[in-house]
Amino acid sequence: MAYNHKEVAAREARLTAGHRMCAGCGAPAVARMILKAVKPEDHAVIAGATGCMEVSTFIYPYTAWTDSYIHTAFECAGATLSGVEAAYKSMKAQEKLPQDKDTKFIAFGGDGGTYDIGLQSLSGAMERGHDMVYVCYDNGAYMNTGIQRSSATPRFADTTTSPAGSVIPGKMQSRKDLAKIMAGHNLPYIGQTAAVGNMKDLYEKAEKAIYTEGPCFLNVLAPCPRGWGYNTADLMTINKLAVDTCYWPLYEVVDGVYHVSKPAKKLPIEEFLKPQKRFRHMFKPGNEWMIQEFQAEVDKRWQELLDLEEMTNK
Amino acid sequence: MSIRERLSGNEAAATAMKQINPDVVAAFPITPSTEIPQYFSTFVSNGQVDTEFVAVESEHSAMSACIGAEAAGARAMTATSANGLSLMWEMIYIASSLRLPIVMSLVNRAVSGPLNIHNDHSDAMGVRDAGWIMLFSENNQEAYDNLVMAHRIAEHKDVLLPLMVCQDGFITSHSIENIELIEDEKVKEFVGKYHPEHYLLNDKEPIAVGPLDLQAYLFEHKKQQADAMRRAKKVILEVAEDFEKMTGRKYSFFEEYKMEDAEVVVVCMNSTAGTAKAEVDRLREEGVKAGLVKVRCFRPFPAEEIAKALQNAKAIAVLDKSDSLNGAGGALFEDVVSAMYTENIHVPTLSYVYGIGGRDTTTKDIGTVYSDLLDVAKTGNVGNPYRYLGVREGK
Repeated sequence: MAYNHKEVAAREARLTAGHRMCAGCGAPAVARMILKAVKPEDHAVIAGATGCMEVSTFIYPYTAWTDSYIHTAFECAGATLSGVEAAYKSMKAQEKLPQDKDTKFIAFGGDGGTYDIGLQSLSGAMERGHDMVYVCYDNGAYMNTGIQRSSATPRFADTTTSPAGSVIPGKMQSRKDLAKIMAGHNLPYIGQTAAVGNMKDLYEKAEKAIYTEGPCFLNVLAPCPRGWGYNTADLMTINKLAVDTCYWPLYEVVDGVYHVSKPAKKLPIEEFLKPQKRFRHMFKPGNEWMIQEFQAEVDKRWQELLDLEEMTNK
Repeated sequence: MSIRERLSGNEAAATAMKQINPDVVAAFPITPSTEIPQYFSTFVSNGQVDTEFVAVESEHSAMSACIGAEAAGARAMTATSANGLSLMWEMIYIASSLRLPIVMSLVNRAVSGPLNIHNDHSDAMGVRDAGWIMLFSENNQEAYDNLVMAHRIAEHKDVLLPLMVCQDGFITSHSIENIELIEDEKVKEFVGKYHPEHYLLNDKEPIAVGPLDLQAYLFEHKKQQADAMRRAKKVILEVAEDFEKMTGRKYSFFEEYKMEDAEVVVVCMNSTAGTAKAEVDRLREEGVKAGLVKVRCFRPFPAEEIAKALQNAKAIAVLDKSDSLNGAGGALFEDVVSAMYTENIHVPTLSYVYGIGGRDTTTKDIGTVYSDLLDVAKTGNVGNPYRYLGVREGK
């Protein structure tokens, strides 16, 4: 069925209002939309890694999640949900659970809990083939503890542990390519997406990930107004610029075959960098080289992706 | 009729797990507990159990998966040793705080560093304040029996705490001894079905587990854990009583060996108790009133009961197979001494740290402890209470 934004938006939210995420944060919009792709008749067990979303949605004695939800620690959402899924498999086979009901398993982790401290747990869960979706809401730093750099932080970004100083101009390393690492796990479905436009891309990739059997992975851009330094009202604009500059390409890898969504017009990277305080120092006279290098890196990765698409669709 | 067998401690643990038939086992190999998941995966591969075996990529994930599985409504078990338990440490606390009755077989081994694969109790002592019930086992039979009793204790509505059954790495885990197994059907009936009240997979009542729990509530939640640990004492005895009815084998918080008139008493845990019993027997033949208290239930600590059991002794030695490195004696020593003090019982008591990193402890070694105790009993002079047994002293 074709995506109908009105119909999807009207569905009951499984992540409800009242949570304490910041205004202008990308994460709750992403989580809410992904969960709208769970069929209303299906139960879901959601696992959360410690991070912004966990500590703002489940503060005792309140929860914003209408499905079953489990949080254990920072680095182990993948392993925790593995256990839940294994229990489901075992108990269903033993007829300890209703046979006519389906339960879906979805983990949410930030880039800290996914790219860094939780990478091993995620890799293990994916390799073992648990029937689950792991969603990384990538805001590009440890935002919960106060904007420290992660391996998802883009080069030159000013963070509290990679401050743009007079000698070192921000983070000196390029970001890790997590979706590619996941592709190395030969998963049935990997999607990189963002909340752009009417959220069609996000919804459709979520639906595919949730209803593809086996371990699936979604990498979703989740801008952070505190860490990135944009006006809270500009969330959707930032998302769109990330996609249109090809900083955050939208693509999927279905059984190893790449499908890349190309922007109508690839914008220069400055368009994405300029509205964000974390890149402000890149626009000082004499720092043009930083923008050039950033652009070169984006171009290189974009071309690689196009090459992979061509190669895998032969 | 029970089944007479010859099994190693690890085989005994794996056999108990097979009979318990948990829904999920998540484990990672580490010497000397590796054989437990090995044997168990054979049961899985041969369809002898209904268990989903999760071959995780680390012990941290093993405990995380057990937490997920148990919260989901399943019975979850694991096995580990030493650094494996250390890697789980964060999740060990989370398991107990979520009140999940996970059962673990802990095959005790020295925690690094430096690296050592042999037995001592430094792994278990590292989690003694983590809110797990901890049962220690002298031999393969006790490791098996404790596991058969484990779920009944852990899952009791007054308890709901995780439980670990300890046994000594290599010394019992790899030694083959006679054992009396209980028939499968009897174990199944004894352990019973697991009916969690709230669980993630109940679509009729979604629940949220593991909140951010701040100043307004965490203290009360921790007090509830402490209360559950206190209540566990009664349940441990009740389950032991039922177990005795089934097998004739008697269990309590600790075993008192020749304690009726004992004047010099050793307190220890796990396999060393077997060595100490042999020495007690020898000393008794010489007319020495030697006795032994073998602690089975280390957490909850049966403080009042142990103090009373020791009240008539003239000198006591508490043997710790782990050094707390605090300059003031081992963990068991501290617990025993403070239990006696609280009960207003004052008996000269020595701390012996022994057997570190698998250093052999023989009847002769235990004999020196009793002879030290006889001196203390005679002179009333404790001297240095913080002693070491079997260590080579540097110059």
